[in-house]
Amino acid sequence: MAGSHHISRRDFIKLTTAAVGTFIGAVVAVPAIAYLIDPALKSASTDAWVPLGKLAAFEIGKPAPASFTRSIVNGWEKTVNSYGVFVLRTSETETVVLSNKCTHLGCHVNWFADKQEYICPCHDAQFGINGQVLGGPPPRPLDRYSGDQVKVEDGILFIHFLGA
Amino acid sequence: MMWKKLFAWLDERLGLNDLYKATLDRPEPKGNWWNTLGSASLFLFLLQGATGIFLSVYYTPSPDHAYDSIQYIMNGVAFGWLIRGIHHWGASLMVLVVFIHMLRVFVTASYKYPRELTWLIGVGLLLCTLGMGFTGYLLPWDQKAYWATTVATSIAGSVPWVGPFILRVLRGGTDLSALTLSRFFAAHIWMLPAALTGLIGVHLYLIIKHGESEFPGRDD
Repeated sequence: MAGSHHISRRDFIKLTTAAVGTFIGAVVAVPAIAYLIDPALKSASTDAWVPLGKLAAFEIGKPAPASFTRSIVNGWEKTVNSYGVFVLRTSETETVVLSNKCTHLGCHVNWFADKQEYICPCHDAQFGINGQVLGGPPPRPLDRYSGDQVKVEDGILFIHFLGA
Repeated sequence: MMWKKLFAWLDERLGLNDLYKATLDRPEPKGNWWNTLGSASLFLFLLQGATGIFLSVYYTPSPDHAYDSIQYIMNGVAFGWLIRGIHHWGASLMVLVVFIHMLRVFVTASYKYPRELTWLIGVGLLLCTLGMGFTGYLLPWDQKAYWATTVATSIAGSVPWVGPFILRVLRGGTDLSALTLSRFFAAHIWMLPAALTGLIGVHLYLIIKHGESEFPGRDD
């Protein structure tokens, strides 16, 4: 059949063997690889709008503590973390929420109304009412939620929590 | 050609052609489908090994996490249902195929001289296979697994004199506990597979050495 445009028997067998072999290989390899890399393909979006309570319950100009919990699921393991914040209504319409986590080593700061300062119990870090550093070892002000990271819906105060 | 040269180089050092002749191109008696059950058992063993290794990526052998980790494999991991499904059904199929393989060897009297050792090692392989089924059954740590193992270890405990001791060895104590789960896991993924691998090696060597037995004819 030399010169014929037909494919030879030998080449046909070679080609179909290669094609079927590739298909079978893919059927085995695709599930195997997908199974192994699966956790890496899942994006862990941890951000959410977290309610902190009724806005009316917070006095203007006076920081008040609030707390909330967030849970993270990794595989079959669920971890629940607690977070603390201070809510400060700077005016009738403006609210600033400060994390209570000291920016030095992560201890929880406390509000002292008499000194008008947040003080960290670990290394005496001092922060002003708006979170600015007044003294001690912290490298930066307290983490804050303000502007469009804070919203009020039906009288409830929310912050846009981005994750730990 | 490049590949022929490479193959010749490797063959000269590894003896690939001799290996091929000894394992895959050896003389066979007239072909018979019943004679393929040993190869089928070997294939199932390798399949169980591969899927088992994959399952161990997510499975956790602790009472707190065993059940949840399997739920995660089934519902949370891509193709997890497929890998566990193959391992689950492959286990039953392997016991079945190994058992029919034994029946065939018995019926065709292939266990006779010079193949008595092949038979004896086969008995060890059958027991190890059943051991794999027994230990693997507990690992899901659901109600069925828990009570099946409770009953089975109690049966082992009914042996006169040494029964209670055997029960404590199997369970790792008097009760079915975290210790039972972890020792069944160790037996399932390390001890029994190691024993199976060694026995399979000798079993195959003996088959290659003696060749397969003739199927008995009308005159036998």
